[in-house]
Amino acid sequence: MPFRRLIPCLDVAHGRVVKGVKFVGLRDVGDPVDLATAYSRGGADELIFLDIAATVNELSTMIDVVARVADVVNIPFTVGGGIRSVDDATRIIDAGADRVSINSAAIETPELISRIAERYGSQAVVVAMDVADGVVFTHGGSRATERSFEAWAVEAGERGAGELLVTSINFDGERSGYDLATLRALRGLVQIPLIASGGAGSAAHVAEVLEVTEAALVASIVHDDPANFPAIRRTILETGVTLRPYEETDI
Amino acid sequence: MSDVVIVDYGAGNTRSVRATLHRLGITTVVTNNPLSIYDAHQVILPGVGSARSAMAVLRESGAADALRRRFKNEKFTLGICLGMQLALEHTDEDDGVATLGLIEGHVRRVEGCMVPRLGWSLVEPWNEAFYFAHSFEAISPHTTATAEGVAAVCEYGSFTGVQFHPEKSGLVGERWLAACLSAA
Repeated sequence: MPFRRLIPCLDVAHGRVVKGVKFVGLRDVGDPVDLATAYSRGGADELIFLDIAATVNELSTMIDVVARVADVVNIPFTVGGGIRSVDDATRIIDAGADRVSINSAAIETPELISRIAERYGSQAVVVAMDVADGVVFTHGGSRATERSFEAWAVEAGERGAGELLVTSINFDGERSGYDLATLRALRGLVQIPLIASGGAGSAAHVAEVLEVTEAALVASIVHDDPANFPAIRRTILETGVTLRPYEETDI
Repeated sequence: MSDVVIVDYGAGNTRSVRATLHRLGITTVVTNNPLSIYDAHQVILPGVGSARSAMAVLRESGAADALRRRFKNEKFTLGICLGMQLALEHTDEDDGVATLGLIEGHVRRVEGCMVPRLGWSLVEPWNEAFYFAHSFEAISPHTTATAEGVAAVCEYGSFTGVQFHPEKSGLVGERWLAACLSAA
């Protein structure tokens, strides 16, 4: 297996990185390119940008962000939010993203998963699912569906998703640890990599979830002080998690 | 130094390769024009997309022949990810596709680990971590470096192929790319 991955998540609204608790109460935490550069230099394994304010008109704002990031960042990054068609995915990938993440649009049109996978390969398709009370939510966690998270995860994998990004809504921003029960259930069900999201409050929480999943998203604990990212990474490594070798002297 | 030509086959993320080369001070041209591809001092065949559609575009544009003539005349080409796999003879991807056949070998679905195989992995014998993102792997006698048993580098004659993405492998990747192009 490749090394476990530590992935700073940058929620983007109108071209700025923001952070909220349980998807509300957003505050501005910086410029996407500045933060991406800081995390990349600090040893992040990948980055994820999620446009949480995406509308049809806003895709072009995000494309501009993607292009600026691609010009300066030399690690892989995934972009999600507002991608509703293969053409949208093409615009994001042409702008320099490695992968696209689809969420509500995949629930509404599950064929979108296979269409993007056929064009760009499964490794380019992340299906993001927001989970609470055993079911999947859409529209930024505001609308419950009747789909069980287990059934949807299996279906997404069968349709060609290369990875699942699983956010537990009730854990997000609480800093009390990831939703291990949900993630363990999924790890036993699907054969594709899982990215855990929502709930990291300490390096110990990240180390704990990386026993279950291949990758972990971090947001709150790193955005307070991006310069502290290498220290958090070191603490996770010291617990015995196998992150890639990375020398800060490379900077 | 003349421009490095990056082959455009419609589904590739050429922007990242271009951006990395520009950071290294190397200028690039992105094209599928067979004359430009043949004439270039150095060519990069990047990799995102599916084998079948990539081969269709390369054949129709004449780029496939240009790449074969380059190889015959010992002109350097670097294949990245799918770009390496396309240089072999056959791939099982998309129900089986005949590929360029520059070097001996074939491509099959990754076995013995989670697919897609995503993330950083140590390349041996270099003992440095590079970034991989693939579901298919090369089986070739010209494999010169591996990562967890998967072919990481296949090279023969004037062709060098890498399964990892040097343009996405941080400073380690940038250094590797700079060394590769300055040696070629």
